[in-house]
Amino acid sequence: MSDVNSPMAPATLSAPVVLEARNVIKTYGHVTALAGVDFELRAGEILAVVGDNGAGKSTLIKALTGALHPTSGEILLDGIPVHFKGPLDARHAGIETVYQDLAMAPALDIASNLFLGRELRAPGILGSVFRRLDKKRMRQEAQRAMSDLKFRLPSIDNAVEALSGGQRQGVAVARAALFARKLVIMDEPTAALGVRETGQVLELIRSIRERGLAVVLISHNMPNVFDIADRIHIMRLGRRAAVVTPKTHSMNDVVAIMTGAATA
Amino acid sequence: MSQNCNRTFVRSNRLKAGAAALGLIIGASFGTGQAAAEDVIVGLVTKTEVNPFFAKMRQAAEARAKEKKVKLIARAGKFDGDNEGQVAAIEDLISAGAKGILVTPNNSSGMLDIIKKARAAGVLVIALDTATDPADAVDATFATDNFEAGVQQGTYARMAMGDKKAVVAMLDGTPGGTVDTFRHDGYLKGFGIKEGAPSIAGAAITNGAQDKGQVGMENLLSKNGDINAVYTINEPAAAGAYAALKSFGKENDVMLTSIDGGCAGVRDVKDGKIAATVMQFPYKMAAMGVDAVVEYAATGKKPSGFVNTGSFLITDKPVKGLESKDTAWGLKNCWGD
Amino acid sequence: MSTVIPSSPDRKASLKARIFGTPSVGPFLVLLAFCIIFALTNPRFLATHNLSIILQQTVIIGVLAIGQTLVILTAGIDLAVGAICVLGTIIAGKMVNLGYDPVLSMGFAILVCTAAGLSAGSLISALKLPPFIVTLGILGILTAALRLISSGGAFAVRDPFLAWTGNTMKLGGFVLTYGVLIMFLLYGVVWYLLNETKWGRHVYAIGNNPEAARLVGIPVRRHLLSVYLGAGLIYGIGAWLALGRIPNADPNAMQTANLDSITAVVIGGTSLFGGRGGLIGTLIGALIVGVLRNGLTLAGIDPLWQDLVTGILVIVAVALDQMSRRKN
Ligand SMILES: Nc1ncnc2c1ncn2[C@@H]1O[C@H](COP(=O)(O)OP(=O)(O)OP(=O)(O)O)[C@@H](O)[C@H]1O
Ligand SMILES: [Mg+2]
Repeated sequence: MSDVNSPMAPATLSAPVVLEARNVIKTYGHVTALAGVDFELRAGEILAVVGDNGAGKSTLIKALTGALHPTSGEILLDGIPVHFKGPLDARHAGIETVYQDLAMAPALDIASNLFLGRELRAPGILGSVFRRLDKKRMRQEAQRAMSDLKFRLPSIDNAVEALSGGQRQGVAVARAALFARKLVIMDEPTAALGVRETGQVLELIRSIRERGLAVVLISHNMPNVFDIADRIHIMRLGRRAAVVTPKTHSMNDVVAIMTGAATA
Repeated sequence: MSQNCNRTFVRSNRLKAGAAALGLIIGASFGTGQAAAEDVIVGLVTKTEVNPFFAKMRQAAEARAKEKKVKLIARAGKFDGDNEGQVAAIEDLISAGAKGILVTPNNSSGMLDIIKKARAAGVLVIALDTATDPADAVDATFATDNFEAGVQQGTYARMAMGDKKAVVAMLDGTPGGTVDTFRHDGYLKGFGIKEGAPSIAGAAITNGAQDKGQVGMENLLSKNGDINAVYTINEPAAAGAYAALKSFGKENDVMLTSIDGGCAGVRDVKDGKIAATVMQFPYKMAAMGVDAVVEYAATGKKPSGFVNTGSFLITDKPVKGLESKDTAWGLKNCWGD
Repeated sequence: MSTVIPSSPDRKASLKARIFGTPSVGPFLVLLAFCIIFALTNPRFLATHNLSIILQQTVIIGVLAIGQTLVILTAGIDLAVGAICVLGTIIAGKMVNLGYDPVLSMGFAILVCTAAGLSAGSLISALKLPPFIVTLGILGILTAALRLISSGGAFAVRDPFLAWTGNTMKLGGFVLTYGVLIMFLLYGVVWYLLNETKWGRHVYAIGNNPEAARLVGIPVRRHLLSVYLGAGLIYGIGAWLALGRIPNADPNAMQTANLDSITAVVIGGTSLFGGRGGLIGTLIGALIVGVLRNGLTLAGIDPLWQDLVTGILVIVAVALDQMSRRKN
C-alpha cells in the first residue's frame, strides 16, 4: 500500500484543485465529528469519499457546502479561502449538493422541487411588480433537464412523494446537475436503491462528469466506488486516513484502511 | 359559579316605556297578520347552555311551547361574551321565520343592530332577565327587579337582627355591572344605611364565585372581627362567605343573606348556612315570553316596557311584618339541579 | 447510455388522483351535500336573503382562518387568533371613543395586531419555541391585557367608519356587506401569494420539510416571521370586520375563535402537519360550519348537533390526511 502522497493517475494529478479543506474541525459538545480533516478535489474527477458509519463523511460535506460552520479550519475554492454563511453561498459559488436525505419537499411537484429556492419569475411587470412565478418556463426547463440526463419520468407534474426511491434520487441529482457550475457533491445517492436503479444513478453521475464538472461521491458501496471513482478519499474517526486510486488499491485494502486494520 | 352577577338590566323609565309604546304601534303596522298556532316559531337565545339558570329558562320555554302547540327553537352563545354567536342565532331565527325572539343578551349594547333588524322584519323581541341598553331597543323586558330584590335582602337582614348594632360586609359581584349596582344599592336601602356609612366594614369583589367569596370574606374578617351582617351578590358567593365565617368560628353570629333562588342556595338556607335568600324566577320569564309571542301571533298585540317577574324572600326564620316563603316551598320552586 | 426509470402510474390513474388529490374537492362535496339536505328540509334555506346571511356570518371566522391557514401550512398553530382580533377591536374602539380620528384608530389597531403577530413569529423563529406554546402564552398575556385596557367590561363603539364594513350593498338578489367583499378580496390576494409567488411556494416547502427548505437556501426563520406578521395583519383586518358586524368591543368575545378557525382549516383539507392543503379549502371549511349552524336552526334541530357533526368532520378530515400521508 502506498501513502497519501503516492503517485496517482496522471489525468487527475495534472488537473487543478477545485475545492480544498485544511485541518477542518467540527465538534458538537463533547462529540468530535471532524478531527482536523484535509480534503482535495480536482477538476473533472469523480472523488469517492468512503468511511465507516459516523466517520464524519456527511459532516465533512456539510462543512464544505456551508450547511454547517466548522469549529476551525480553512476551506478554499479555486485556491481562494471562502466562508460560506449558508448553503445558498455555496450554491452561488457553483457548488451543488445532493444531501443524504435529498432535501426535497415531498408534497410539491417535481418542477417545484427542481427550482426550490431558485424559482423563476415571469417576465415583465407580472414578475417584477406582482412577483408572479413563471410556472410554465420552470416546467419546460425541468422537462429539458430530465431529458438532457436521459432520465424519464411519468410526469413532471407529479408530487415527489408519488415517485419511487430511484426516481426521487434522479430528481435530486438532476437538480444538482441543472444548476452546478463547478462541482456536485452527493451523499450516498445510491443508498436504499435496487441494483437497476443504482446503475441508472451511476449513469447520471458519469454524465455529470462528462459535462466537465467535478463530483464528490459519498458511498458505502465498494463495487460502485471502484466502478466509477477516479480517486478514493478514505475517512476514519473524523480524519482523512488516505487517498488512493482504484488502480493502485483493492477493495480489501480500502476496507482495511477504513477500519484501521491497516494504514495507507 | 352562577353568572347571575353578569346579567345586567336597566330599569326602564316612563319615557322609555312611551318610546316602546310608539315602537309597538309602528311594529304592529309592519307585523304580518295572523298565523295558525302550529306555524308559529318562537326563538329563544340564551347566554350559554351550561348555566343552570338558563337551562331552567330553556326547559320552561320548551314546556310552555309544547302546551301552546308552537315550535320553539332554542339557541345559545357558546360562552359568556359570545356576542357573535347570539347575533348569528338571531339572524338564523329571522331567516327561519320566527314570530318572536326571546333573548338574554350577553352584552347589553352588542345586540342592538340585529334586534332593530328583527323588529323591522316584524319579529317581536323580548329581553329576558337582562335588559338591553337602551332598554327600549326591545319590545319588552321580562326580568327580576334586582333593586327590589336587594331591598328585600337588606330589609330582612335589618329586621332579623333586631336592635343589634350592625357592622356590615359587602360581597359584591363584578363592579360596574348593573345587576351588581342594583342589588348592592337595594340592600343598603333595605338595611337603612347609606353608601360610605361607618357601619359598613368593607367590600370585596367575588365575581359571583364561591372561591373568591371565601377569600373576600376572610380578608374582611381579618380587617374587622366585629362584622355581623353580610350582603352577598349571589348564593355561590354566600357559600364561600359561610366557609370563611365557619373557619373564624363566627357562622352563628353573622346575618348572612343572598339572592338567586338556585336549589343549592335554597338548601343552604334550609341547612341554616344562609339566613335568607331572594328567589328569582327564570321559568316565569320564559313562560311569559312564550305566551307573549303566541298572543302576538294571534292578535298582533305586543307587550311593552319592563315587566317584573317577581322575587320572593325564602327563609325558615321569618320576621314579623315581612312576607316570606319557607324552604319547603323554595325547594319546590327553585332552579338548577 | 440511456437512463430510463419506468413510469409507474398510468395516465388514467393520475387523472383520478388529480381530482381526488385536489384537497378542496372533498370539502366541496360535503358543503354541497349539506346544502342539498338543508334545502330539502326547509325551502327558506336557499332564499338569497338566507344565503347572504350565511356569508355575513362567515366573515369573521373566514378571515381569521386565512391567517390560521398560513400558520398551519408552516406546520405551526395559532391559538392567539381570537385574542389578537379582540385586541384590535378594543384598541380601535377605545381610541375612537376617546375622540381620535377613526381611520387613524383603526390603522393603529391593525398595526398593533400585526406587531402581536410579529412578536409571536420572533419567538417562534428566533428562539425556536414551539408555536403551540408561544401562541398559548400570547393568548394568556393578551387576555390579561384586554381586561386591563377595557377595565373588564364591554363597550359600544359607535363610529360610521369602524362600522363601515357592516354596511350592505345589493348584488343580484344578494345582500352583501362590505365585510363579505373584503373577505373575498383577502382570499383572492392570499391565494395568489400562496399559489403564484415564490413566497407561497416557500411557505409550503417550510411546512413540508423545513430542513430541505434550509438546505436549498430558503431563509426559513425570516420566512416564518413574515408568515406570522402577515397573519397578525389579517387578524387586524378581522377586527375591523368584527366591528362592522357588532359595533361593540368586548374583552370576553371570540373565546372560541382559535378552535373555530382551526376547525375551518382542518375541515378544508389542510394538514395540521404542514405543507399540504390550501386556502380554497379553508373558505369551504368556514362555509360548512356556517351552513351547518344556519341549516340546523332552520330545520328546528337542536344546535348541539352542529358541534357533533363538526366534531365528526374534523376527525374524518384528520384521519384522511393521516392516511394519505402514511401511504406516501
Ligand atoms: N448534529 C449533530 N449533533 C451531534 N453529533 C453529531 C451531529 N451530526 C453528526 N454528529 C456526530 O458526528 C459524527 C459524524 O457523523 P456523520 O453524520 O458525519 O457520519 P457519516 O460518516 O456521514 O456516517 P453515515 O455513514 O452513517 O452517514 C457521528 O459520531 C455523529 O453522531
Ligand atoms: Mg452520512
